[in-house]
Amino acid sequence: MEYEAVIGLEVHIHLSTKTKAFCGCSTEFGAEPNSQVCPVCLGFPGSLPVLNKTALEYAIKVGLALGCSVQEYTKFDRKHYYYPDLPKNYQISQYDLPVSKDGFLDINVGNTPKRIRIKRAHLEEDAGKLIHAANSSQVDLNRAGIPLLEIVTEPDINSAQEAYEYLSALKSIIEYLDVSDCDMEKGSLRCDANISIRKKGQTRLGTKAELKNMNSFKGVKDALAYEIERQEHALENGETIIQETRLWDVKAMKTFPMRTKEEAKDYRYFPEPDLPPFIIAKDQIEAIRKQIPELPKAKALRFMKEYGLSEYDAGILVSTKDNADYAEDRLRQGKNKKSVANWLIGPLAGIAGSNNIEISEIKISTGDFLELIDLVENKQVISNLKGKEVLAEMAATGKPPALIIQEKNLAQISDEGALEKEMEAAISENAKSVADYRSGKANALMFLVGQVMKKTGGKANPKVVQEMLKRRLESV
Amino acid sequence: MELNRLTAHEFLGKLGKKEITSRDVIADLERCIKKTDPKVKAYVRLSDPLGLSPDAQHLTPDTYHLSGIPVTIKDNICTDGQNTECCSKILAGFKPPYDATVIKKLKSAGAVVLAAKANMDEFAFGSSTENSCFGPTRNPWDLERVPGGSSGGSAAAIAADEAIMALGSDTGGSIRQPAAFCGVVGLKPTYGRVSRYGLIAFASSLDQIGPITKDVRDSALLMNVISGHDTNDSTSVDLPVPDYTRSLTNDIKGMKIALPKEYFIDGMDPEVRSIVEEAVEKLKSLGASCKQVSLPHTEYAVPVYYIIATAEASSNLARFDGVQYGYRAKNTAAHGQSMIEMYKRTRGQGFGEEAKRRILLGTFALSHGYYDAYYLRALKVRTLIKQDFDAVFADFDCIITPTSPTPAFKIGEKAQDPLSMYLSDIYTISVNLAGIPAISLPCGFTKAGLPVGLQILARPFNEEAILRAAHAYEQGTAWHLQKPKL
Repeated sequence: MEYEAVIGLEVHIHLSTKTKAFCGCSTEFGAEPNSQVCPVCLGFPGSLPVLNKTALEYAIKVGLALGCSVQEYTKFDRKHYYYPDLPKNYQISQYDLPVSKDGFLDINVGNTPKRIRIKRAHLEEDAGKLIHAANSSQVDLNRAGIPLLEIVTEPDINSAQEAYEYLSALKSIIEYLDVSDCDMEKGSLRCDANISIRKKGQTRLGTKAELKNMNSFKGVKDALAYEIERQEHALENGETIIQETRLWDVKAMKTFPMRTKEEAKDYRYFPEPDLPPFIIAKDQIEAIRKQIPELPKAKALRFMKEYGLSEYDAGILVSTKDNADYAEDRLRQGKNKKSVANWLIGPLAGIAGSNNIEISEIKISTGDFLELIDLVENKQVISNLKGKEVLAEMAATGKPPALIIQEKNLAQISDEGALEKEMEAAISENAKSVADYRSGKANALMFLVGQVMKKTGGKANPKVVQEMLKRRLESV
Repeated sequence: MELNRLTAHEFLGKLGKKEITSRDVIADLERCIKKTDPKVKAYVRLSDPLGLSPDAQHLTPDTYHLSGIPVTIKDNICTDGQNTECCSKILAGFKPPYDATVIKKLKSAGAVVLAAKANMDEFAFGSSTENSCFGPTRNPWDLERVPGGSSGGSAAAIAADEAIMALGSDTGGSIRQPAAFCGVVGLKPTYGRVSRYGLIAFASSLDQIGPITKDVRDSALLMNVISGHDTNDSTSVDLPVPDYTRSLTNDIKGMKIALPKEYFIDGMDPEVRSIVEEAVEKLKSLGASCKQVSLPHTEYAVPVYYIIATAEASSNLARFDGVQYGYRAKNTAAHGQSMIEMYKRTRGQGFGEEAKRRILLGTFALSHGYYDAYYLRALKVRTLIKQDFDAVFADFDCIITPTSPTPAFKIGEKAQDPLSMYLSDIYTISVNLAGIPAISLPCGFTKAGLPVGLQILARPFNEEAILRAAHAYEQGTAWHLQKPKL
């Protein structure tokens, strides 16, 4: 039996405002527990919330970037549940009038484009954090009140890989907007998934499970892949899927049902009486729209058009806004766009990868970078191979390429006189190859070139050596 | 003369002439409280010193608007570092780390905020001040009777001269009804006129803090200080604050007054009716024109109110769970009880009967499947009630009604019958639903010697009209000068 997965994602992102959603407390990560709190975010009696306008602006910005319609009339609601990390025992959230709704995000699955519809994106406040010790639990409320944007998709995702692509594309857009650092480890991006499976071709939805506790994009992908398999297996064995919340266990690489009793949830939503509804003027929405920078997809298309890059190369270079800016600065100034792109995606990305940093964090100036390419490709001062070594040295020391070549004596030897001795030695030591070449085996020449390269420590200009050998062997 | 009998404006006059100091007044106040409060029980936690800021005795009336005047605060308004418990066991020992905006304003106006607070129904749930974890306050005019509620402590303290000025809060009549029962002046400002920041919420869309005073001029003086926009309260309105004492012109010639027929009905106490009708005649004799009007949705006010107010209350009171502050049930952790058990026991032991009743009512009204039928519907009818008032205020300056259908009832009389208790607010509730301002001032006494209150209503942010009408009536009568014998 062939099955199809139906997945919807709920992503929560911390908006990177300086202060919390409804009070003036700092949102900085990693402070002493309960040091960034006040009567409002502690939910003390008598305190009242006041909306952080920047949080609303950020929310609108994300909504617009996701093609949502931003609502001109929006309001907050209270969502009630009891938990010690929720100081008021209700969360200020949005119920029936979210800031924005009905958007989409386009992803690529392999080479096929796919549109994931966004149902809604709404603002709410985060809860605190529980820290469990052996005999007690402690509450840290520094996080309580930090603005969250909850972005909910329609159930348009059909595989674990699609979910991964969606998250990557979403993260990329949000980073471009500079409204969140989207760091799953710090909890500034969290993702829950609703997943059910059904027989291919069937339209009715199966019973869904809600997956929580995934701490990375890979975790989301692994959890979904596991869950799809688990549900398929269950159906194949004639079992019924029960609607439940399951937690991903990254060590066991399995999902487990949450142990607490599932009770019917009744959040008793009602309009937050402490915050009058907000009217967002059309011109305010347009002003925010104007602040939205060129987004990754549009930028990739432009890179392809302006710099002649392949879709793959452009996709890599626009993954983050900083990388894209870094790359574009070099592409714009470089003469041969293709070779600039190759150096960016090849050796430079390699250096970034092995140092676990972004390309944009590599401290090589545009001038030095382009000079190195010029030295390798046009002036042929060093070989391609040595060029990569020089690039690594440039990244490590910040020195200009010419200086490194000089200090390390890496310059390519193109002077025939300086190569004469090594060439003669190679000929006399490899009589068989010489004979082979002369009897018409062209390949033998390359072997001899290699011998000369070896003798010069790789510094000889292979083209020059080849020319010299040809002339020498054919002249006699 | 005992200085505690002074009104605030009389005190300011004497202070200006350097006849007395704030210290003298507070000394007399302390003597009076010591003698009278064991009978009236207007204050809670009296063991605390009353409190006097060190420099208060050097103030002159020119320094600040309320220089050196002691102000009595209801137990649901936060004062920095001083117990604020809403007269509920669940907030036992709670000392807010901040001052409510009104308290900040009072302090910067030179007022002396008393440490002992005024008794109230627990979380302002009630109309008799019987629902206090500290026990009931008694009506200074008849100690067997209730002072009204929920701001019964504030009103009784003013009536018994145990206070100079007081703050109450009004969600459905909690300032006006006790003011009427105790023969004093109580004003519920327009919703949004006074900051709610630091008022422990009962029903956020209805609550307002307001003055309870010995006369109308003091009410205007206190309004001058506590009114105004507050960036900490998103529901406070950014409109300029007039000098309310300028409305006290003693002239209401040509003022158009409406009398809603739904407020003069058969079920009301006949003595109250005739006393209020006499008051209407008095206003006419002062030059006002009076005409009967209709507020057709009046009969829905009580049910609409008890859905909206309890729904909001159930949410606002969710935070009292024993985790961060206040009361926590003992021995929950020691016996391996779960967190949920801790919540249940804490709330079960910490809240009084009426609080539990309202939490249950409100939780039910907001529950899935009932929301549309109750809460949403109530909101719609609330709009209709508001529109009733808009229509009348298109043609009239003020509306006059009785404040309460009866004078003060006996302690215990309605305690077992919540519904009849709820109906004692029948004339005050619509004002909160509509968000408009209203005042209650004394307009006579029953044969048994119990005060009767006259309620004056005006359109939003027209506190000036009600102060003008109330002041003119007061100057033409002497009810406010009568004092209970204690």
